[in-house]
Amino acid sequence: MLVQRPRTLTLGERVYLPGILKGMWLTLKHMFRPKVTLRYPEEKWQVPDYYRGLPVLVSDQKGRTKCVACFLCQWVCPPRAITIQAQELASSNVEKGPREFEINMLRCIMCGYCEEVCPEEAIFMSKHYELTGKTRQELIFNKDQLLKLGGSRFDPIKKWDHK
Amino acid sequence: MSDVALSVPASANPYNRGKSEEDLLKDSLFTTRIDELVSWSRKNSLWPMPMGLACCAIELMAMVGPRFDVARFGAEALRFSPRQADLMIVAGTVTKKMAPALKKIYDQMPEPKWVIAMGACASSGGMFHSYSTVQGVDEIVPVDIYIPGCPPRPEALIAGILEIQKKIASEKR
Repeated sequence: MLVQRPRTLTLGERVYLPGILKGMWLTLKHMFRPKVTLRYPEEKWQVPDYYRGLPVLVSDQKGRTKCVACFLCQWVCPPRAITIQAQELASSNVEKGPREFEINMLRCIMCGYCEEVCPEEAIFMSKHYELTGKTRQELIFNKDQLLKLGGSRFDPIKKWDHK
Repeated sequence: MSDVALSVPASANPYNRGKSEEDLLKDSLFTTRIDELVSWSRKNSLWPMPMGLACCAIELMAMVGPRFDVARFGAEALRFSPRQADLMIVAGTVTKKMAPALKKIYDQMPEPKWVIAMGACASSGGMFHSYSTVQGVDEIVPVDIYIPGCPPRPEALIAGILEIQKKIASEKR
């Protein structure tokens, strides 16, 4: 079926000029609007509280690594980014701790399951979001790197002092 | 040069400001400066080839948009033809079905060329421990910069592009 045109085009529509000017006027108006660009390397993004960045390990106020190597995070991790090797701790109420705790940041999908599942509140999603690397190996973070990124968190319930 | 010119040390000439012949030769050589100029222009006019294969491509588009505006670094001209591009941004899951096409596109890009593996899937396969997924795009093409994240924020991708620029500036030519 042919579409019925209601009328022939007027002179203004045929020469396109009003249309072009209308478009350019819109472009010109944008020059006086507030600037939306985030000047990234100098100006940083305001990270909201709910943001999930790289996962990190934390220690308590005494400097003890909170992780007790229960392997729950390794078990729950969907991309299997976490690798833990446990060791026995002789001189403490805590019997077990991680000898090696590796997170492959290239596998990690920042889902936050590890933070959610952790019974010791030892692993947290940080606010780091701008990591780059030249090799795959340098983006596999070991325990020391993760603890350095995480820092320490105050722990009001000191259950391992009494057990 | 004639023997007469060599008999007088170059540093004796007052216009040479006490420089030896070797230093004068270094001053007068122009090729290193051309190299500097070439690398400067290369790093400030990267034309990315958007290899958008999955959700990372949305963040790739956000990077080009006005909020993050990669035009500030001269890399806003996304070329959908590999012949005109020199930076391939692999954004997304590379399936084994897509891998030959990706390799072909990489081969069609003119030298010099660089590759950014953006996001978990392109860098390492991510959560797809699967028979159908390439476990990291570096199995088929050489990767210069890896960016973790699922997907990475546009800022992270800009950080990757800045790393590529540093790499181009420090490349041996």
